[in-house]
Amino acid sequence: MKKLINALVFVSVTLITTSSFSYNSEPKIFIAELVNDAIKTLSDKNVSIAEKNKKIEIIALENVDIEALSMYTLGPIRKTLERTMLEKYQNLFEKYFLKSLTSRLTDYSSQKFEVLGSEQKSETYTIVSSKIVESSSQPEIKIYWRVYTKDPARPLIRDLIVEGLSLAKTQKEEFASILNSNNNDINILLSKLEEFIKK
Amino acid sequence: MENLNNLYIQTVMIFKKIIILFFINFALLTSSVNAAPEKECFEKFSRGVFNFNKGLDRAILKPIASGYNKLPEPIRNGAGNFTSNLGTLLTIPNHLLQGQWKLAGESTASFAINTTVGILGFANPASKLGLKNQQEDVGQTLGAYGVKAGCYFVLPVLGPTTIRDSVGMVADTIIDPFAHITLRENELANISGNKIDYFSVQGATAIDFRADNMTNLDSLEKNSLDEYAAMKSLYLQNRDKKISNTFSSDDDEWEEFNK
Repeated sequence: MKKLINALVFVSVTLITTSSFSYNSEPKIFIAELVNDAIKTLSDKNVSIAEKNKKIEIIALENVDIEALSMYTLGPIRKTLERTMLEKYQNLFEKYFLKSLTSRLTDYSSQKFEVLGSEQKSETYTIVSSKIVESSSQPEIKIYWRVYTKDPARPLIRDLIVEGLSLAKTQKEEFASILNSNNNDINILLSKLEEFIKK
Repeated sequence: MENLNNLYIQTVMIFKKIIILFFINFALLTSSVNAAPEKECFEKFSRGVFNFNKGLDRAILKPIASGYNKLPEPIRNGAGNFTSNLGTLLTIPNHLLQGQWKLAGESTASFAINTTVGILGFANPASKLGLKNQQEDVGQTLGAYGVKAGCYFVLPVLGPTTIRDSVGMVADTIIDPFAHITLRENELANISGNKIDYFSVQGATAIDFRADNMTNLDSLEKNSLDEYAAMKSLYLQNRDKKISNTFSSDDDEWEEFNK
């Protein structure tokens, strides 16, 4: 659990940079550049928290497949929803995702990161393996990045698997629980997302 | 000589328990513990217990863990190493039950080195020799035998579990030599203990875990829409990973979103 949440914080950091920098399209280098750039930015004491939060949003929008993530986390109910309702959900999900990233960022402390390798699993995705190096305060943490590579020129992050725990799956099961307890009423999920965004 | 005889008898008794457990495992294989793991046994009750546990955490565990986190790092590391080293005593028989002979050997060597050179386990010189202290329990052993998790529920104080893991938790106290000496107050190799020792170590383990996860659990609480469901998902994924000792990135559902 510790490792998973540490990594949630860590991914926040990976999504930060000082500019809308274009990373290398080779998945392994893409992840390495993204993370190292983010760490460099974070250690810059001249950047305010508000500025960092803004940068998270920019980088997340550019490098994370938020649209696919929103559909995946919604589960099978997405197939039965009307287009307008789906669009409303996607809009709220994006705001929720960006806000939760920025919230997690505040807990970040500098950590050493290494990319270990990558494996192309299919035409559409590659798994990049990496680790947060062991320190006196925490053990080594293995992180696998699911990178969507259908367009090889523009890789997109879809999921992080931290010590075997998928962040996207956790989010999906959380949403499924809310829907199941409320007769699959999407409005309940939407109101919970709105509540989170407003708080 | 008499001591050696006693040690022999106690060891034989522990192995008898392990063998009994081995057969119980196979009995469970054909039993009805086959419900889908995501199913809840009694969700309403579990959510109530989850909130009760959170209240208990806020009132007792979290304040103690906060104080513990203010202790110097060597003291915290020493306490963590000590409880982790005692946990190896449960890991060893579980490696054996799973046929993981090499890992059983490594865990035994780790325990021997840390208990002696590492001064009763407060230091962890075994890790510097590349001996990993992988934690195993009976729930994982049952999972490795193919026993399904069964439905999910939350226990007061002890937290998330499943039918399989709760059976495993009871069995843990049977095959764990530390529980044999302390919880059951038996003597083994002239070492004796009592229930206070057992619950003190369990308490120290809980405080150490809570202290390590202070920021993480706060973050989970702050960023979850349904904290109970998030915790359930993390628990079940973590158990699956520990049982298979691997991870799978396969998830066909992602293919639906390939533009």
